[in-house]
Amino acid sequence: MDETAPSGAPTPAHTLAARGLTLGYDGREVVHGIDIEVPPGRITAIVGPNACGKSTLLRGLSRLLAPEAGEVLLDGRDIRSQRTRDVATVLGLLPQNPTAPDGVSVADLIGRGRYPHQGWFRRWSAADDAAVADAMLATAVTDLADRPIDELSGGQRQRVWIAMALAQETDILLLDEPTTFLDVSHQIEVLDLLLDLNRQRGTTIVMVLHDLNMACRYADHLVAMRDGLIVAEGAPENVVTTELVSRVFGIGSLVTADPVTGDRMVVPMGRHHRGVEE
Amino acid sequence: MSGSGRASSSGRASGSGVARRVWVVGLAAALAIVVVAGVALCLGDVAVSPAQIVAALTGNADRLTSFVIVDLRLPRIVTSIVVGLCLGLSGALFQTIARNPLASPDIIGVTAGASAAGVIGVVVLGLSGLALSGVVLLGAIAAAVAIYVLAWRGGIAGYRFVLIGIGIAALGTGVVSVVLTRTSITDAQSALVWLSGSVNGADWGRFLPLAASAAVFTAAALVLHGPLSVLELGDDLASGLGVRAERTRAAAIGIGVVLAAIAVSAAGPVAFVALVSAPIARRLVGGGALALAPSALIGGLMVLVADVVAQFAVPSLVFPVGVVTGIVGAPYLLWLLTRTNRVGRGG
Repeated sequence: MDETAPSGAPTPAHTLAARGLTLGYDGREVVHGIDIEVPPGRITAIVGPNACGKSTLLRGLSRLLAPEAGEVLLDGRDIRSQRTRDVATVLGLLPQNPTAPDGVSVADLIGRGRYPHQGWFRRWSAADDAAVADAMLATAVTDLADRPIDELSGGQRQRVWIAMALAQETDILLLDEPTTFLDVSHQIEVLDLLLDLNRQRGTTIVMVLHDLNMACRYADHLVAMRDGLIVAEGAPENVVTTELVSRVFGIGSLVTADPVTGDRMVVPMGRHHRGVEE
Repeated sequence: MSGSGRASSSGRASGSGVARRVWVVGLAAALAIVVVAGVALCLGDVAVSPAQIVAALTGNADRLTSFVIVDLRLPRIVTSIVVGLCLGLSGALFQTIARNPLASPDIIGVTAGASAAGVIGVVVLGLSGLALSGVVLLGAIAAAVAIYVLAWRGGIAGYRFVLIGIGIAALGTGVVSVVLTRTSITDAQSALVWLSGSVNGADWGRFLPLAASAAVFTAAALVLHGPLSVLELGDDLASGLGVRAERTRAAAIGIGVVLAAIAVSAAGPVAFVALVSAPIARRLVGGGALALAPSALIGGLMVLVADVVAQFAVPSLVFPVGVVTGIVGAPYLLWLLTRTNRVGRGG
């Protein structure tokens, strides 16, 4: 992706960072004192092998998990010192396997993304209507509005969840493996949608991705993790090398230019496939 | 509640379509309550015409009619409605929190705990009135705390919650049996009428505290509507949307426990109303809406209708209202159990 900031897109006012962030579950430490600054208005992809702590880091950044040490800073202030509802108007989150109540319609579900913008005695306002209609348009689910979500395909469903996150109208959006369980066409569809969102609205996107090549293609900024630490970070073309793939994933690979986009492309090698001699 | 409760196409791309259907169902249920209440006022040993009822309610009837309508029939009717409201709402809260249609206070032992405490209060301690209500509330709270503590494993999962609740319900029922077998036959008989759920002998003196406390906790429950509709999407999403998941859950359970206790202290454990009200309301509203207020109103309508049936279905015999709700509710429970087994999602 191009290094310059997207022109014409609004500059996001909000910043997200972490200092000395240590995270864990029940005393088992998973992420060890990470420092990270999320580039505003860009797409950041966190990659790494299973159990490297990338989803845990995302949970920490989105305040779902209280740090054991260090802090997450939203706009320079500790995220846990801010009202969680105020945070929710700035920072949105799409977890890995969201569940919908039985029979809930697409429009109703997306409407629930408006929660942080409504008062205690919530009244549905014209602004809520507009935000939901907008989110449905952007994700091309307007025609599905009255369908129960359990009748949709996996790709449609993921678009609906993203629409819900869009209806939340946050400048920062965190997504935990938004393309898992989707076939390749729906993976591309979802990632294209996120790219549109970033380029058109200037939304800061942070996503955990499994697929290193998709990360190279879609991310402006790559964070490679292993064993709860950041191994490398930066623009994919500066970061992704054979050595990095070996250090992070422990496999041999060939790093070449993506014939479609010219981005970095990783061709992994297994024990049985050592590559052809030139 | 599955796909069949589909939204009628509202044409508007928003959650306001759901909100409108909540209103429609709620108003329809409220209207039905008024109509049935009117009919119930006419029925009885002393035949009363609608005109006389209007006269009695506006204070223009003769003393006998006025006494029958205002002091005998009306308290019973409004008590039935309020008891039903509390049960319906309590069931909706519990079922939403546990994400399980089986997790209603009458199945998971909250009302059983309240009944056990109530029977001890009546038979052993000789309590009545507010003191008895307090003991009933303590019983409900004790049962809920026991379930919560035993089911909690870094959060409460639906199935565990229900299974442990069923165990607590058995324990409560056991306590009731022990107390009843150790008491005189007359005490046991009056306790049994209360235990099957009855609004016999409702009067204004007991209705007013019931109505006041029900109003307070119903309002509290409705304030939770927003957070709960988000909490239904799972803790992670709810937290991301700015809901404090554990706190909201605790508040909903607390309010649900108190509402169940209010109903039990007024009328005893009226069976199955808490179990069936919310599923019926949600199905009527459709679209997977949370439908707290319609659940309450459906509960109120259900107890009211059941009490009319209990009074007049068999001439010269008045059943406790819980007998009627039990006859209607038990088949539903069986259907629910077979269905959840087949679909493979008990929680």
